[in-house]
Order: sequence, then C-alpha cells, then structure tokens
Amino acid sequence: MAIAQVLLVDDEKPFVDTMIKRLTKREMDVTPAYDGNEALAKLKENPRIEVVILDVKMPGMDGIETLGEIKKGYPLVEVIMLTGHATVESAIEGMKKGAFDYLMKPCDIELLVSKVTEAGIKKRHHEEKIIEAQMREITTRRT
Amino acid sequence: MSETETRSDHMSAGYLRLRFRMAIIVIMVSLAPMVLVSGLILYQFHVFSNQMVRAHLGELVLKHKQNIDYFLRQKLNDISHLSRSFDLDQLQDKAFLQERLRILQEEYSFVFVDLGLVDETGRQVAYAGPFELQRADYSGAEWFQRAIKRHGYISDVFLGLRGHPHFIVSIKRHWEGREWLLRATIDFAAFNTLVENLAVGQTGTAFILNRQGEFQTRPPRGEPELTNQQYMNLFTKGEEALRNVQPSGDLGLMIEEEGIYLDGYLERYTAPSSIFSVEKMGERGSKFIIVAAFLKNNQWLLIFQQEASDAFAKLNRTQLIAGLVALMGALAIIVVAFIVAGRMVKRMERLDFEKEMMNQQVIETGKLASVGELAAGIAHEINNPVAIMVEEAGWIQDLMQEGIDQGDNLEEFKRALKQIETQGRRCKEITHKLLSFARKTDSRVQTLEINELITEVVDLLSQKSRYANVEVTVDLDPDLPPIQASATEMQQVLMNILHNAVDAMEKSGGAIHIHSRLEEGRIRIAIADTGPGIPASNLGRLFDPFFTTKPVGKGTGLGLSICYGIIHKMGGRIDVESQVGKGTTFHIELPLSDSAAKNEGA
Repeated sequence: MAIAQVLLVDDEKPFVDTMIKRLTKREMDVTPAYDGNEALAKLKENPRIEVVILDVKMPGMDGIETLGEIKKGYPLVEVIMLTGHATVESAIEGMKKGAFDYLMKPCDIELLVSKVTEAGIKKRHHEEKIIEAQMREITTRRT
Repeated sequence: MSETETRSDHMSAGYLRLRFRMAIIVIMVSLAPMVLVSGLILYQFHVFSNQMVRAHLGELVLKHKQNIDYFLRQKLNDISHLSRSFDLDQLQDKAFLQERLRILQEEYSFVFVDLGLVDETGRQVAYAGPFELQRADYSGAEWFQRAIKRHGYISDVFLGLRGHPHFIVSIKRHWEGREWLLRATIDFAAFNTLVENLAVGQTGTAFILNRQGEFQTRPPRGEPELTNQQYMNLFTKGEEALRNVQPSGDLGLMIEEEGIYLDGYLERYTAPSSIFSVEKMGERGSKFIIVAAFLKNNQWLLIFQQEASDAFAKLNRTQLIAGLVALMGALAIIVVAFIVAGRMVKRMERLDFEKEMMNQQVIETGKLASVGELAAGIAHEINNPVAIMVEEAGWIQDLMQEGIDQGDNLEEFKRALKQIETQGRRCKEITHKLLSFARKTDSRVQTLEINELITEVVDLLSQKSRYANVEVTVDLDPDLPPIQASATEMQQVLMNILHNAVDAMEKSGGAIHIHSRLEEGRIRIAIADTGPGIPASNLGRLFDPFFTTKPVGKGTGLGLSICYGIIHKMGGRIDVESQVGKGTTFHIELPLSDSAAKNEGA
C-alpha cells in the first residue's frame, strides 16, 4: 500500500521523470502530467489521486490557474505548490486559493515526502469526517 | 525630429536671444508708461509755466505802463494847474516863474528842468531854468506846431535848442484874446528811471519808442537784437491786437486822425488789454519775448524785451533736471532689465541643465530596473535545469544506497549522468546568452548591427514569452547597414517594448512580430503584437514619464519615456499605433551612421 496517490505536474519532462522514480522509490504512487490541462484530465481519469504536486510557472495554464480548477472540481484533493522563483506573492496567492503548502524548487526530497504524507493524512482525515457525518445523518434519519 | 540636437547646438545662442527678448519686454513695459507720463507732465508744466511767465511779464509791463501814464498825466496836470491858478501877468514874470519852478522841483525832485511861456508866434516871453532861453524862437520847432493846435501836448524826445535829449509838456491857454503856451521841460534822466527799473533777469530790458521808431528813453543795453523795422512793426501788430480786442473802440480811430484832441488823455485810463505780447527772432538767432503797451494815447510804445531762454530759464532748468532724471531712470531700467533677464536666463539654463542631468539619471535608473527584471527572468530560466540536476543527483544517491550492481542500476546511473550533462549545457547556454548581453554595458555610441541586437533580445526573452504563450517571430532584412548607437540604450529600448508586449499578452497569449527594413535612408523597425491594444485616451500619454497602467509596484512608468528619450537623442523617431482588441505596433525609425549613409547614397 502506497503512502499516497500523487499527481506530479511540471512542464519539464526530465524533472518529472526523475521525480517519479525517486518518489516511487519512497513508496508513493505517482502519475505524471506535463501541463495544467493534462493534470485535470488525469484527475478526472483517476479519482483515487489524493495529493497534487504542482509547478507554479508553466506555459499555457499556469500553476495558480490550475490550482483554481482543481479546487473547483476536486475540493478534497490537497495541492502542494512548487515555486521556481520564491516570490512571497505567488506563495500567498496559492495558499489563499486553498493550497496545502508550498516548496521552493529545487527542493529536498525528504521534505517533499513528509509534506505529501501530511497532505495525504489530512485528506483521508477529511474524508473520514465526511463519511462520519453522512453515517450520522443516516442514523438520525432511522430513529 | 532632431529637436534635441538643434537645441544642444544652439543652446547658448537660444539663451542669449531669450535674454534679449525678456530684457526688451521689461524695458518696453517699464519705459512706455514712464515716457508717456513724464512727457505729459513736462508738456503741461511747459504750457503752464509759459503762461505764468507771460502773465507775470504782462503784469509787470501793465504796472509800468500805468506808472508812466500816471507820470505823464501828472506832469500835464501840474502845468495845467499852474496855468489855471495864475494869470498872464504873473506867468510873464521871470522871478515868479522861477519861484514856481523851484516849488515844482522841490515837489517832484527835479523832474521839471525848466518852465517857459510861449506866445502864439513861437517866441518864449518868459523863461525859468538853467539855460539861457529867454526870447528863444520856437516858431519853427515841430513841437510848437503841434502844441499850438492842442489843448495839452506832450512832445516826443528831441534834442532841441539846447542839444540835450528832453521832452516838453505844454498847455495852451487863451489870455487877452491871444493863445499862449505854458511849457515845461521834463528831465530825460528822471523819466528814464521809470523805465529802467523794469530790468528783469539777465536780458530783460524796457524802453519806449515813438511812431517814428525813435527811442524815447535810452536804447536797450548792448547791441540791439532787433532791427528798427521789427520794432516799428510792433505798432501795427499792437493796433491789430487791440482792434481785435476792442473792435468798436475809439483808440484806433484816434490814432489815425492826425489832429486828435489830447484833452481826453487827461481823463482816460487806458484799458488793460492794450498790452500785447509777441515773439520775434533776434538778429543773432536768439528768440525774444516782447511785451508791449501803448502809452501817451498810442503815440508811444512801452516795449519790454527779454530773451526767451532767459525768461524761461527756470522752466528750462527744471525741464533739464526732469529730463536728466528721466534719462537716468531709463538707463537704470535698461541696465536692471538686462541684469535681471540675465540672471533669470542663467537660472533657467541651470534648471535646464539639471533637468538634463535628471533625465540622464532616469535613464540610468530605468537601465538598472530593466537589468533587475532581466536578472529575475534569467534566474528563473536557470532554475529549471538546476532543479533537474539536483533531482538526478539525488536519484544517483538513491541508487547508490541500493548498490550500483543491482539490476539495471548502472544503466540508470549512466542515463542520470547524461541528463546532468545535458542540463549543465543548458545552463551554460543561458549564462552565455546573459554574458554576451551583459558584456555590452558600454553606453558609448558605436557602430552596431541592429539585427544582431534584436536577435539577442528576443533570445533573452524567449523563456518569458514561452511561459506567456507568446510566439515571437522575426523578419529581419539581412542587408541592413550598421547604425551609430549605444548598445545598452538600444537593448533597453527593445527590451522595454518587448517586455510590455509580453506583459500585455500574459493572460491571453498571442504573437509578436518584429520586422526590420531599410526605407528612404533610414532603418525602420516595427514591433507588432496581437495584445489587447491601448485605448485611444492613453495613446497620447504613452511616452509621458510615470504614466503606467500597471498596478502600483509593478511598473515605474518610465520605460517608454526612456525609450522616447533615447530614440530622440539619436535623431530617430518612435511612435505607436494601436487598435483596442487587435494589437499594438511600435514603429522605430533610426538614422544611418554617417559612413553607412554615404554608402547608401553612392
């Protein structure tokens, strides 16, 4: 059983490839995507994805925009932003739009793993709460 | 077009002209009212004091005329009184006459020289006086001819039997059926004093003239300034003047009639209007003011003459002083105007110079800002390969923990190293690009290939434009001649425009097309984008400093104003056309370098 189901979005293919290898080695199930649109398509395809690692700077639909779309369609999925130029502005903007956390590129792999793990736990915890609430609703209806 | 050039060429000449123009305006504005006001005042003063001087002289002459008239009348009255008070016998007695003369002389301080009684044949029957004139025969004398016809008579001045100037006052009486004349001689010197104390100023003199133009008093001092004829003319002039005043008066009539009856003289006071004044040019070119009054029933003329320059001496001096003050004031105004204008222009020159410096600083600042922007772009561009290299290195470490000989780890190892090398090369390319750009930091004007510059700038912006989904295409004329320009400044211009274009299309994406060609001996560069365009209201202010539509903190608003400054300094032109929704095109026109232009012409 993997630590988390991860979607890695970045326009640099060599970066994505190597990261997949490294994260897979750390017991994560990683799906690659090379731009925003592909990321949304992959999310639709694979509902088990729990955490998205998203590059901010991408041609076409950029990171912030993609984040918005993800949060709109899949509010429970946690997003970790990877920002190339560490401007506080884009980090703050990402967090405001519901990102779980942000990391600067190039990042320490262990730090990334721990953030992804946290994000995965948060997501599952969230889901459990929802299920609990639904069950409570069903139970109250019965009585 | 080459406004800046021309201005720098003729800088000092322009300032000089400005200074001159300012000074002239100040002088005109200050002098015109001064001249007008002082001219008006001087003129009024001139007219007024002229009147004053004339009135004063008129008054003086009138007073003397009255004095003289009174004197003559008085003498006539004295003789008349004498003739009425005593009978013929008494008057024929020489001793009695001498006694009367003594009393008269005591009374009138020797105005009367002698007394005599003349019978109708002209023989002097009695005489009292200093001369031996007993029995003198006056039958041929002119005064006798005239006196015998009149009740009272005052003769002109003549030398007579004694050869000494004098005049005679006589009264005709009837005694014992015969006509007798009681005559007295008036001392010429005594009479003269009446006139001589009318001397005014340096040249003012008075004298009396009869109708024959003979002086009845001592002639004026020194050389006579006016001819006799001129004096004679005064009679007619005076008569005209008086006739105009009193057209129905009897004065004129009485003069014309030869046999006038002088009795009237005893009672009549002459009207004050019998005074008149004229101006005449003297023999020696000086102007004279003449005030004259008729005396002795218009037989004599009391003439007062004074040189105009003397009469108006005070006025002239005042005018001279006023003129001098005005002249000095005008001089002061002129000097001050030039000094003030000079100071102001100098100040303007300094301000202009400071402005020029400021512009230079703004350009420098803009340069720094664009370098910063460029650095940020480059840093990001280099970050991607660096991230890949770091990850590959991490992957190798991961593999090493597993052991190199495990599975196909060795192959993976090789691939990773290859990848690191590839990404390292990519970094090298970027740094080289940056270096070749940065090496051209020389802001001196040199010969440049504009196409080379365009290509470099486009390369530098490739990353930025790729992320903004902007496709940049170039269409460069390969045969463009070189231009004279500063590389950094040209880079700045192109960078600024391209940056703006990419920024404008960041959200939507689009295309930029750069076109260069040679036209009419000038290089034309067109940079066209397919962005949202610029509203017409902003087009006019596009090149103004600090005009920006970017949010606060994103843009200084200096970029395009700097471009404008740079291009104009080079003698080129920059303008923009834009259509909202379609895109914006910047046109840059650059002059060729001198040598290139020559080749182009040949």
